[in-house]
Amino acid sequence: MAAAGQVMGEPDTTGRFGEYGGRFVPETLVPALAELDRGFRSAWADPEFRGELDSLLADYAGRPSPLTECHRLSAELGVRVLFKREDLNHTGSHKINNVLGQALLARRMGKSRLVAETGAGQHGVATATAAALLGMECLVYMGEVDMARQELNVFRMRLLGAEVTPATSGSRTLKDAVNEAMRDWVASVEHSHYCLGSVMGPHPYPWMVREFHRVIGSEAAVQCRDLLGGPPDVVVACVGGGSNAAGIFSGFAEDPAVELVGVEPAGGAAVGRGVPGIVHGMRSYLMQDEFGQVLEAHSISAGLDYPGVGPEHSHLASTGRATYHQVDDSEVVDAFVLTSRTEGIIPALEPAHALAWVVRERAALAGRTVLVNMSGRGDKDVAQMMDVLADRI
Amino acid sequence: MVGPLETALRARRDAGGKCLVPYLTGGLGEWVTHVQAAAAAGADAVEVGIPFSDPVMDGPVIQEASELALRAGANPPDLIDELGRTEVGVPTAVMTYANLVDRAGWTRFASSLAAAGVAGAILPDIPLEETGPWCEAADGAGVETVLLAAPTAPDERLERIVARSRGFVYAVGLLGVTGERSTLADSAVVIARRLKEVTDLPVLVGVGISTPEQAVEVCGVADGVVVGSAVVRRVLSAGAGAAAAEVVADLVGSFRSALDAG
Repeated sequence: MAAAGQVMGEPDTTGRFGEYGGRFVPETLVPALAELDRGFRSAWADPEFRGELDSLLADYAGRPSPLTECHRLSAELGVRVLFKREDLNHTGSHKINNVLGQALLARRMGKSRLVAETGAGQHGVATATAAALLGMECLVYMGEVDMARQELNVFRMRLLGAEVTPATSGSRTLKDAVNEAMRDWVASVEHSHYCLGSVMGPHPYPWMVREFHRVIGSEAAVQCRDLLGGPPDVVVACVGGGSNAAGIFSGFAEDPAVELVGVEPAGGAAVGRGVPGIVHGMRSYLMQDEFGQVLEAHSISAGLDYPGVGPEHSHLASTGRATYHQVDDSEVVDAFVLTSRTEGIIPALEPAHALAWVVRERAALAGRTVLVNMSGRGDKDVAQMMDVLADRI
Repeated sequence: MVGPLETALRARRDAGGKCLVPYLTGGLGEWVTHVQAAAAAGADAVEVGIPFSDPVMDGPVIQEASELALRAGANPPDLIDELGRTEVGVPTAVMTYANLVDRAGWTRFASSLAAAGVAGAILPDIPLEETGPWCEAADGAGVETVLLAAPTAPDERLERIVARSRGFVYAVGLLGVTGERSTLADSAVVIARRLKEVTDLPVLVGVGISTPEQAVEVCGVADGVVVGSAVVRRVLSAGAGAAAAEVVADLVGSFRSALDAG
C-alpha cells in the first residue's frame, strides 16, 4: 500500500487528495462507506486476500499484461512508443483489475449482490463477469442512449447473467447511470455492494479503485526497467473518470523525471474546461453551468462521456504533477486507424485518445520514449466505426 | 438561538399537535401558488426544492418535477428571489444539493436565503462530516440547517447528528430515495423512536410518507412528517399550473385533518 507523503499515496482522513475528494453522499450511505473503508484496509493488509486476488489476476484475467514495443508506429511518428497491453486482459480492458478486487472484497464483507454503472459497457461486462465467476447477483445501470450505442455489450452482460436496467433520466448516459446506481445502493445497502467503475465517487472509492489498478503501473515500471533500463520519458493515458490513468501513473508518479499526461475528450474535458464542483459524492473538476447544473458530456467514446473526473486527477492537475490535454473526435478516429494499420492492434476509442495526443505532439516528443496505456481493445467499437469510416475503408 | 422554523414546529408540538411540512418543487409551473396553498391548508412550514440536474436522493416523481422545472429555466437565484417576494405565512426551508450551493459560494448562498427570509436549508448530499463550511456560513447568516438521520446510523452517530441539526431533525423513514410507498416502513417508526430518545428537537419523518393514514401512524412516535412525492405527483398530474394549487390544498388539508384528529 502507498505510504503517506507519496505523490500518489493515501488520501487524508477526510478522503481528500489536496482539496479534492471527500464524501458528499446521502446520510444513509455514510456508515456503508465507513464500513467499506475499514473492509478495504483490512483486506489490502491481508496476505490471504492479496494472494487470492493475485491468483485471479494471473490465472483468470491473464496478468501480467505485456509491454509491447511499437516499432512501426514509432518509425512513423519519430517517437519511441510502448504500449501497456491492458487490452489483452480478460473482458478486453483494464476494468477487470478493479472489478475482481471489489467483488472479492464484497464477498469478504458478506454482500451477495453487485450494483454497477457503465458507460460503454466495459465496466458493466467486467462486473457481470466477476459476478458470474463468484456466483453473485449483478445489476448494471446503463444510460438508455448508451444501451443503444453499445448493444453488443448489453447482450454480453445479460448472457453473463446480469440484469441491465436503463437509466432514463437526464442525459441518459454515464452520469445518469451513476445516479441510478447510487439510488439503488441507498435502498439496498444492507446486502449490496456498489461496484463503482472508476477512481471517482465518495471516499474510499477513488483511492481503493486506484489501488486495485496500481498493478498496471507496478508491472509497467518493471517491464520498462527491463526493456529500457529505466522509466520512459512520458506516460500517457486517456481520462474519463480516470481509472486506467491513475493505475499506470501510480507506477511512475514518485519519479519526478517522468512526465505524466492525461488525455480527455474535447467534449468531456472536466479538467480542461471544468471548474471544481460537487457531484457523485466527490469534490472535483466538473463541467457545469453558471448555476452549478451539471453539463452533458459529448464524446465519440461512450466510456469517456463523463462530465466529471476522479478527485486525484484534479489534485495532480492542480499541483502540476500531471498535465491534462484534450483531443477531438476526428483526431481520435485518425489515431484509431493509424494504430490498427501500423501495429495490427485495434484500440478501443478510449485509449485512441491517448494515441491521438501522441500523434499530435510527435514533433515535441521526437526522440523521446512514450508509454501509452492501451487500456482496452476496439472490438466493442468496430460496429460504430464501420459507420464513421464508411467513406475511408 | 432558536430560529423561526424550530419555533413554529415547537409551537405546534407544544400545543399538542403534529407538524406537517409539505415539499414542493420550485420552478415547476405556478409553484408559488402551490407553496401558498400548502401553507394556507395547514402546513407548519413548507419545503421548497431548488432543482438540480443530478438529484441522487430523489425518486422518479421529484426527478421528473426537477427536470421539467430546469427545462423551464429554473435557477437558484431567481427562485430564492421569488420566494423572498412571496407572502407564504409560515416558515420556509429550501431543499437542494451541494453543488448549487458550492457554485454560488457557501456564504453567498446562505446570505441570499437569509435575505429572502428563508428560514432553513436541507442539503441531502452534505452528510455530517462535510457540514463544516456550510454550517459555518448558515449559522453566520441565521439559516437553520436541517440534517437527515438515516436508519443505517448507529446510536452514537444519531447523537452527533441531532446535536448539529437546527430547525428539526429529518428522520429518513426507510432505506431508499424519495417516493411513495404503499405501506409505512417499519423502519420509519424505529428511526423516529431512536431519535426521540436522544433529542428534544422536533423529529419529522420523511421519505415514503404517502397517505394521511401513514402520517398518523408514524406520528404515534414522531412529532410530524415531511410529505414530498405524494404532493408533487398530484401537482404534475394536475398540470402544475395555478389549478394545481387546489389539488395541493386538498391533499395538505387531508393530512392536516387526519393529524389533528390523531
